[in-house]
Amino acid sequence: MQPTSSKKTPLTFDTIAPGQGLAAALKKSRADIIGEVSASNLRGRGGAGFPTGTKWNLAAAAQGQDGGAKYVVCNADEGEPGTFKDRVLLLEYTDLVFEGMTIAARAIGATKGILYLRGEYVYMRPHLDGVLAARRTAGQLGANILGTTGFTFDIDIRMGAGAYVCGEETALIESLEGHRGEPRNRPPFPVNTGFLGQPTVVNNVETLASVSAILAKGAAWFRAIGTEKSAGFKLFSVSGDCGAPGVYEFPLGITVAALLEKVGGTGAKAVQIGGASGVCVPASEFGRRIAFEDLATGGSIIVFGQGRDMLHVAKNFMEFFVEESCGQCTPCRAGNAKLLEGIEMLERGACSSAYLRELLNLCETMQLASKCGLGQSSPNAFVSIVTHFQDEILGRTAAAH
Amino acid sequence: MSGEVKAGADTSRAPSSQKIQQVHVGGDVMQLIGGQITVTIDGTDVKVPMGTTVLDAARRVGVRIPTLCHHPDLCVAGVCRVCVVEVEGQRALQAACAFPITSSLKVKTHTRKVRQARRHILDLLLSTHYGECYSCKRNNNCELQALAKEYGVDFYRFGHVTESQVPKDESSYSVVRDMDKCILCRRCVRTCIDIQEVGVLEAVGRSNKTRISTFLDKPLGDVVCINCGQCINRCPTGALHAADTSDEVWRAIDDPTKHVVIQTAPSPRAGIGECFGCEPGTPMTYQMNTALKLAGFDKVFDTNFSADLTIIEEGTELLGRLHKALVKGEPVAFPQFTSCSPGWVKYLEHFYPEYIPNLSSAKSPQQMFGAVIKTYYAKANNIDPKDIVTVALMPCSAKKFECNRPEMADSGFKDVDYGLTTREMAQMIKEAGIHLPDMPKGDFDDPFGTATGSGVIFGATGGVMEAALRTVIEFVCGVKVEKLFDHANIVPVRGFEGVKYVELPIANVSPEVPAIIRHLIPSFDFLKGATLKVAVAHGTANARRVMEDIKAGGKFSECHFIEFMGCPGGCIGGGGQPIPTSPEIRAARARAIYEEDAECAVRKSHENPSSTASSSPTAPAAT
Ligand SMILES: Cc1cc2nc3c(=O)[nH]c(=O)nc-3n(C[C@H](O)[C@H](O)[C@H](O)COP(=O)(O)O)c2cc1C
Ligand code: SF4
Ligand code: SF4
Ligand code: SF4
Ligand code: SF4
Ligand code: FES
Repeated sequence: MQPTSSKKTPLTFDTIAPGQGLAAALKKSRADIIGEVSASNLRGRGGAGFPTGTKWNLAAAAQGQDGGAKYVVCNADEGEPGTFKDRVLLLEYTDLVFEGMTIAARAIGATKGILYLRGEYVYMRPHLDGVLAARRTAGQLGANILGTTGFTFDIDIRMGAGAYVCGEETALIESLEGHRGEPRNRPPFPVNTGFLGQPTVVNNVETLASVSAILAKGAAWFRAIGTEKSAGFKLFSVSGDCGAPGVYEFPLGITVAALLEKVGGTGAKAVQIGGASGVCVPASEFGRRIAFEDLATGGSIIVFGQGRDMLHVAKNFMEFFVEESCGQCTPCRAGNAKLLEGIEMLERGACSSAYLRELLNLCETMQLASKCGLGQSSPNAFVSIVTHFQDEILGRTAAAH
Repeated sequence: MSGEVKAGADTSRAPSSQKIQQVHVGGDVMQLIGGQITVTIDGTDVKVPMGTTVLDAARRVGVRIPTLCHHPDLCVAGVCRVCVVEVEGQRALQAACAFPITSSLKVKTHTRKVRQARRHILDLLLSTHYGECYSCKRNNNCELQALAKEYGVDFYRFGHVTESQVPKDESSYSVVRDMDKCILCRRCVRTCIDIQEVGVLEAVGRSNKTRISTFLDKPLGDVVCINCGQCINRCPTGALHAADTSDEVWRAIDDPTKHVVIQTAPSPRAGIGECFGCEPGTPMTYQMNTALKLAGFDKVFDTNFSADLTIIEEGTELLGRLHKALVKGEPVAFPQFTSCSPGWVKYLEHFYPEYIPNLSSAKSPQQMFGAVIKTYYAKANNIDPKDIVTVALMPCSAKKFECNRPEMADSGFKDVDYGLTTREMAQMIKEAGIHLPDMPKGDFDDPFGTATGSGVIFGATGGVMEAALRTVIEFVCGVKVEKLFDHANIVPVRGFEGVKYVELPIANVSPEVPAIIRHLIPSFDFLKGATLKVAVAHGTANARRVMEDIKAGGKFSECHFIEFMGCPGGCIGGGGQPIPTSPEIRAARARAIYEEDAECAVRKSHENPSSTASSSPTAPAAT
C-alpha cells in the first residue's frame, strides 16, 4: 500500500527524464563526471552539507585494500524527526536515485551499490525491487552498463532496523557489516575505509537524485539556482502548525518567513529547522535564510504555532535523543539524560538558574566532545529554545514557586 | 622458526568501530606513510611517524593527556572522550587516542573547552557511578578515582546515585562483576573479544540504558567465560574483580586445628613487588617466603616442584604417545596439548571439545601439588588430610575455578582448597603489617622446596615447552641439553610472538631408556632421524589460530606437542597479577623469571632430587 503523494509543489525532478543523466555521464571521462559535480557546487542533502564532488574525488583517489572493491551507499535511512522527503524520491523518482548511484559508481570506480532503506519503508521493497529489475533488463545495471565496456555495477537493498543513529554514515556501515549500529572514529573516513574496510561513498537519496539532474542539465544550470554558497533547489519536509504540511521544493536561500508564507504558517511562534538535531528559530529571526551559510538543514521544517509550550517542545526532542543515543560515548550517553532531567526540573520549577547555566555549559561539552553528529547536535534544540524562550521557561519556574 | 600466524585486528571478530582502523590513502600521501611528520603540541614541535595518534605524540613530549577507554593492549575505542584535545582547524574537540596524525597539526591539550569537557565527562561518569572507594578492591589503583583527583572533582555537579542499581554477579568462581561501578569504557569487551576471542561480554541496550552484558544476561558462571581474568586486568575501575577467598584463608590460619600449607607459583613472585611500589620485574621470591611464614602459613612450598612433576608427566606421556603411534600403530591423539592452564582447558572444552583427547592427562602443577600434599605429605608427616588446608598462590583467576572442579579431589578431599591471586596475597601481606620488599630472605620449606629452573620458567609463554624439551631431549638423545643449546636456553621457544613453531631434528638416540619410562618404551630407536615439531601459543586468540589451522590440516596439525597458555604472555600476564598490565610490564616480569632460572643450580625437571623421591603421582585427565 502506497500512501498518496505528499508533494505540495511541482519538483524540478519532474523535468528530468530518467536515463538522461546517466547517458550524459557515460559520455564523459570519470574525472569529468566528478568535475561536473564539483562545478555544480552540490552539497550533501543529508544534513551535513559536505561538497559531493570533493567526497567523490577522495573516494576515487583512495585505494582499496588488496585491490578490493569500492562501494556506493545510498543513505535512505531518513530517520530525522519531521523528515519525509526521501520517501517521495524513493517512490516517485526512483530511477533518478538509482541513476545517481550508478553515476557515482562510474565516477569513483565502484562495482557495488547498496541502498540502506529505513526499516519503516519496507513497504517500498516490491516497488524498488521492480525498478532494479527493470534497470537490469534495460542494461542500466549489471555488466558493461549501456555498452560501456568494463563498467560493471549492481545495487542491493538492505533494510535498517529502526535506529536513528544508523543514518549516521559510519554507524550505517557498521550496521551493514552486521554489527551494533555505532559510529566509528573519524578519521579515517568512509571514503578511505568504509564498508568492509574499502573506499565507500555514502550519499543521501536527494543528493544522488540531484546528481542525475546535474549530469542531465549541466553544472551551470544547477549553480544558477540558490545562493552562491548553497547552490540548487532543495526538498523540504514541512510539518507542524501550518495550513498545508507536505513536501515542498524551494531554492536554497529562501527566508524562513517566505517559506512560512508558502506553507500557510505565517504567524508561527517558532520554527524548528533541521529536525530534532536542528535549531529552533524564534519569530524575531524569521528573516534568516535556509542555506548552508545560515540555517543548514537536511530538509525538516517543523512549525510551532502560538499556542505551543516551548518547554514541552524541547522535552519532546530530548526524549527522542535519550531514546536514540547509541550509548557509546560519555557526553551523549549521559548528557542527553541530564538535559532531559533538567527539563523535568524546569517543568516542576525546581531548576535553579545556576544549574540551568551548568546545563548550558554541558551542552557546549556535548557539542564539542561527542563522538558523532548525534551527540554533537542533540543539545541544539535545548540551547536554542532555552535561550530564545528564556522568559517563557523561567517565568514558569517563577510561577511554580 | 617463528610462527606465521599472529593475532591481529584483521581476523578479529570485534566490530570495526572497536578496532584500529587503517588509513588507506592514495597518491602522494601514500609516499608519506612511513615518513615522519611534525606536529605541534602545546607549542612544542615533535616529529612522529605518519599515523601516530595525538596521544602517543603528546607522550613523546611529556604532555599528559588523561585516558579511560584507551589501553596499550587494546584497539582504539574512542568512547570515553576524556582524552579530547583541540586540533587547530577543527570545530569539535578530537579524541587524542583515536586521532591519527596524517598532516602537520597544531594541538592544544588544556584550553578552557578541553578542561571543561574533561571535567564534565568525569562529572557525568560519576553521576551514574555507585561505589565507595574505601570499600572498593581498586581503592588507590583506580583510573576513575585518580582522574577525579587529578581534575579536582570536589562535588557531584550532575548528581550522584546513592543506591545500588545492579546486583553483583558473583556466580563465577573466578570473576565478580559489580556493574554499579562500570563506566562503559568497554575495555573488557575488547579484551574478551580481541585478545581472547571468547566474546563473552558485549554492550547491549542503547543510550543511558547501555550496559555490559553476557549472552542473554546469564550469570557469568553459566556462560562460556574461561575465567582468564584478562578483563579484570584491563578494567580501569573496580567493576570487575576476582572472587576473593582471602577471608576463608585467614579463618584457616586462625584455626589452630588446621595445618595451612601454601604453594607459590613462579609468576606471582615476579609480579607481587609491583603491589608494593617496586618496578615491574623485581623478584620477591625469598622475601615472600619470609612474609608468608610471618603471616601465619605453616608451610611454604614451591609450585615449581610440582611443575617439575608435570614436566616429567607430560614429557613421558609424549614419548609414550609417540611410541604408541609409531611403533605399536595404535590410534593416538596428536598433537598433545599442555593442560596446565585452566583458562585454556576451558576454552578447549567449550570451543573445540572434539580435541579433548589431545590434552595431556597430567594435572596442572597446582592440582598435582594439592594432591601430593593431601596424600604423600599428609602420610609422611602423619597429619590427617582433613586437617590440612591447601592454599595456592597463583597469578591466575582461572585457578580458582580449577580447584573447584568436582573431579579435582583425587586425595579424597578437595585437592586445593583455595586459590589466591597475586593481588589478594599482596593485600594479605599488607594486612599483616608487612612491607614485602623489606623482608629478609627466607627459603622454601622442605621436602618440596627444591625446584629446578624448568619449573620457574613455567610462568612465561614458551616456558613449559622449554622445560619439557630439556627433559625430553636428554631422555631421548642421552646427551646434556647444554651440548645442543647454550646454557640449556632453548631460545627459539621464548619470546612474546603470538605463535611460535619449532622443529627439532633428532639425529641420534640414546641406547639407554631412563628407568622411569622403561616400562612404556623399551627403546628409542624408533625416533632416530625423526623431527620433533612443537609449537607455543599464548592468549586464546592465538590458540584459536592454531586450532583452526589444525582443523584445516595445516602445519600445526603435524606438531607433536603444543603449549597453550590462556593468557597473553603466559602466567606472568595472568588474570590475578597486579594491575596495570602492558606489554612492557609483562616483558619485565618474564625477564625476572628467566633470571631466576639462570640462577638455579638444577635447571632440568628430571634432575629435581625431590621429585624422584616422591614418585610422580599420575593423575587422571585434568579435564
Ligand atoms: C545521527 C545522524 C543521523 C543521520 N541520519 C541521516 C539520514 O537519515 N539520512 C541521510 O541521508 N543522512 C543522515 N545523516 C548524515 C550522514 O551521516 C551523512 O552525512 C550523509 O548520509 C552523507 O550524505 P550527503 O553528503 O549526500 O548528505 C545522519 C547523521 C547523523 C549524525
Ligand atoms: S554521540 Fe551519541 S550517538 Fe554518537 S557515538 Fe556518542 S553516544 Fe553514540
Ligand atoms: S571503582 Fe574507583 S572510583 Fe569507583 S569506588 Fe572503586 S575506587 Fe572508587
Ligand atoms: S574472564 Fe576471560 S573469558 Fe571471562 S569474560 Fe573476562 S576476558 Fe572474557
Ligand atoms: S566492566 Fe570495567 S572494563 Fe568493562 S566497560 Fe565497565 S568499567 Fe570498562
Ligand atoms: S581515552 Fe580517548 S576516548 Fe577514551
